[in-house]
Amino acid sequence: MSQLTLKQKHAEYIQSLKKEQRWVWFYQALIFLIFFSLWEISSRNGWIDPLIFSSPSKIWALFLDKAADGSLLANLSVTLGETILGFILGTLLGTLLAALLWWSSFLSRVLDPYLVILNAMPKVALGPILIVGLGPGFTSIIAMGTIISVIITTIVVYTSFKEVDPNYLKVMMTFGAKRGQMFKEVVLPSSFPTIISTLKVNVGLSWVGVIVGEFLVSAKGLGYMIIYGFQVFNFTLVMLSLLVIAVFATIMYKVVEQLEKKWIKS
Amino acid sequence: MNFLSLDTIHHTYFSPKTATNALSNISLHVNEGEFISFIGPSGCGKTTLLSIIAGLIRPTEGSVLLHGKPVSSERNQMGYMLQQDYLFPWKTIEENIFLGLKIMENLTEEKKREASDLLEEFGLSGVAASYPRELSGGMRQRVALIRTLITEPKILLLDEPFSALDYQTKLKLEDLIFSTLKSLNKTAVLVTHDIGEAIAMSDRIILFASKPGRVHKMFEVPLELKALKPFTVRNHAAYPPFFQSIWKELENLESANP
Repeated sequence: MSQLTLKQKHAEYIQSLKKEQRWVWFYQALIFLIFFSLWEISSRNGWIDPLIFSSPSKIWALFLDKAADGSLLANLSVTLGETILGFILGTLLGTLLAALLWWSSFLSRVLDPYLVILNAMPKVALGPILIVGLGPGFTSIIAMGTIISVIITTIVVYTSFKEVDPNYLKVMMTFGAKRGQMFKEVVLPSSFPTIISTLKVNVGLSWVGVIVGEFLVSAKGLGYMIIYGFQVFNFTLVMLSLLVIAVFATIMYKVVEQLEKKWIKS
Repeated sequence: MNFLSLDTIHHTYFSPKTATNALSNISLHVNEGEFISFIGPSGCGKTTLLSIIAGLIRPTEGSVLLHGKPVSSERNQMGYMLQQDYLFPWKTIEENIFLGLKIMENLTEEKKREASDLLEEFGLSGVAASYPRELSGGMRQRVALIRTLITEPKILLLDEPFSALDYQTKLKLEDLIFSTLKSLNKTAVLVTHDIGEAIAMSDRIILFASKPGRVHKMFEVPLELKALKPFTVRNHAAYPPFFQSIWKELENLESANP
């Protein structure tokens, strides 16, 4: 085959890939449009109860309203801050705990049944205890966002620490490495991919923890907006909060995914 | 005084249900600059013995002395090379090479220069900033050799370092390691199941019997083969008969102990 036809074939191949991608986008957009138009139409025609299910146009109007008076941004930033903090704390503490367990296999054997119990325990059930203990406010909500991810992070990361190829550790031992050096140079970097993938899980968990926390105590935040809307039967407000949560949880997930791509490559 | 001496070593692996005798009554002496090989059927404990010499495992009984002192008393006297290179994939070639020095707190400018000289000498110039996955198997094993040599171990322990390589690469690497060790007058212990490789590289070959692992027989490599490079040894007239004598001994061992 000549150089020219080869180039041409390659161009055709790239074209076909692009074409398929365009179709994927097209259907994704179509689903989006159909969903929101159906919602709007059925709400206007009374096929669904507009008081309960609201409608996209009302949500949009409320969005503009709330965005203009700044209350949406204020509530969003509170929740976002709490979630990010809970997420970071949960991941850091979990990794730290995993490191401790790796350090002392005796300790890990001793603590094993307790970890199993804590992991099986539905963490949101601890909500009332947290509020009584830490006060109804910011601290409790952060604690909720943290506690929900910390145990599972510990278990997953510790498992990955243990699965490091013993031959890597053998290499380190022949250099006379101490346990701390082995951890820093080998165990931690080789578990990096696992830690990043727990980050992705923890993003979702932290949102759950924080929203539940806000349900219980807060006077601010998106979780509060949902509960308030529910209590005054303003379901447009509930829907708006849900949509905002969906958007920002996705953005956070995508950011972690980008971090993953960047770190795993090197 | 002997350079390296193993004194009546016994080793048993314990598990809740069994106590497996891995090594029994092993005594041997190695002179400075000598290259010896351990061969024998699988399960004869040669890798265990290597780990004991390296001070990674404490023998159940007996002692390993280097210059008359127990090996476990001092850090980093042993360089250890494994079947695979075990370069750390998240570190560059340079970082991999400096790792041992960094741990020993001996990462000086002089050492850095020495490392880049070695890279060049081993045909690896220009890869310092690359990652291990960008290199071929032979190149990676050469990097692993530099990582080991740069820490100036008194003894080099080689645990089948050629077994994962293709034949051509293996022959080239044998020559490289042989001449490097000879020029530095380094003592080395090689574990292998390749009789040809043992003959090509060693001064002395120790044949182990299994269950429990013990020294069966020692072969002194003929004088005319000792000084030659591994590749040349394989083509020497004295090579086939010597190979045959070890081969027969190994066969006898396996038929007596199936």
